[in-house]
Amino acid sequence: MSAHTNGFQQVLATLVCGALFGFGLALSTMIQPEVVLQFLRFENYGLMLVMGGAVLVTVVAYKGLPRLTTTPLLGGQFQQHASQWNRDTAIGAAIFGLGWGLCGVCPGPAIAALGAGNWDLVYALVGIAVGALLQGVTTRG
Amino acid sequence: MSLITTLFPLGWLHYLAGGLLIGCAVALLFALTGRVGGMSTVFSSSWSWLIKTPYFLQARYTDSRGWRLVYAGGLMLGAALWWVLVDGGTPQSTRVSAWQLLLGGLLVGYGARLGNGCTSGHGICGLGSLQWPSLLAVLTFMVTAFLSANTLGRWLP
Repeated sequence: MSAHTNGFQQVLATLVCGALFGFGLALSTMIQPEVVLQFLRFENYGLMLVMGGAVLVTVVAYKGLPRLTTTPLLGGQFQQHASQWNRDTAIGAAIFGLGWGLCGVCPGPAIAALGAGNWDLVYALVGIAVGALLQGVTTRG
Repeated sequence: MSLITTLFPLGWLHYLAGGLLIGCAVALLFALTGRVGGMSTVFSSSWSWLIKTPYFLQARYTDSRGWRLVYAGGLMLGAALWWVLVDGGTPQSTRVSAWQLLLGGLLVGYGARLGNGCTSGHGICGLGSLQWPSLLAVLTFMVTAFLSANTLGRWLP
């Protein structure tokens, strides 16, 4: 029932958080495939600071918030997305990395780049969407 | 100081600031709505509006497809704000070729969905919740990404 409490506020909050994420991706130049490829070729370690900074804040929030309050501020409940280590995760992560190293674009930057006017990345966005489609239609529900 | 310019030839502060902002975005989404904000799921959940197979009609996709699309819209909005307010709207482009973006993207999309996460899902949210399967996933895609960036990505035009 909590799914519909504060509906408009939840939509707005989600939009604002997405915007913060997109601003961060653009500011850190992760929407430029060249910068990501420089990291993967050991020429520029900026990506480590991006990941490190993001993970640091996230750890504090994910571990700390549920101790301070039992429910999120706009209702609902704190969700947990448990990861599993199995054949699909291993093969999927390996394939993801191959593609990431080839093009220097991952899902977040592919979306954000369109907002920041780097429209060349629409090729990557289409590729990702088709890849997700192929994965879905070749998997038994 | 030369070590810093060797490691970060294009400066370092904007990387750290951007990373902290991304962390704040994921943290705030969790604090306000309880949602775990990885990015690759939207590419599966959005197909559930068009493709009515049992795989795409799983509750984890149909229940979250609305907010995930709003979140993705926010991503573009925030990047647009950066472009207009910080960058001054200069034209953006990449030298990475279209076929590389398309083929790389295809593998990224397929792999991220098969492996249930990408750089933000396993990397930020998975590591942020201290889950060892996500750490293994991150190490796996880092290794294959280093390999392809230093082989395929260099040899091919």
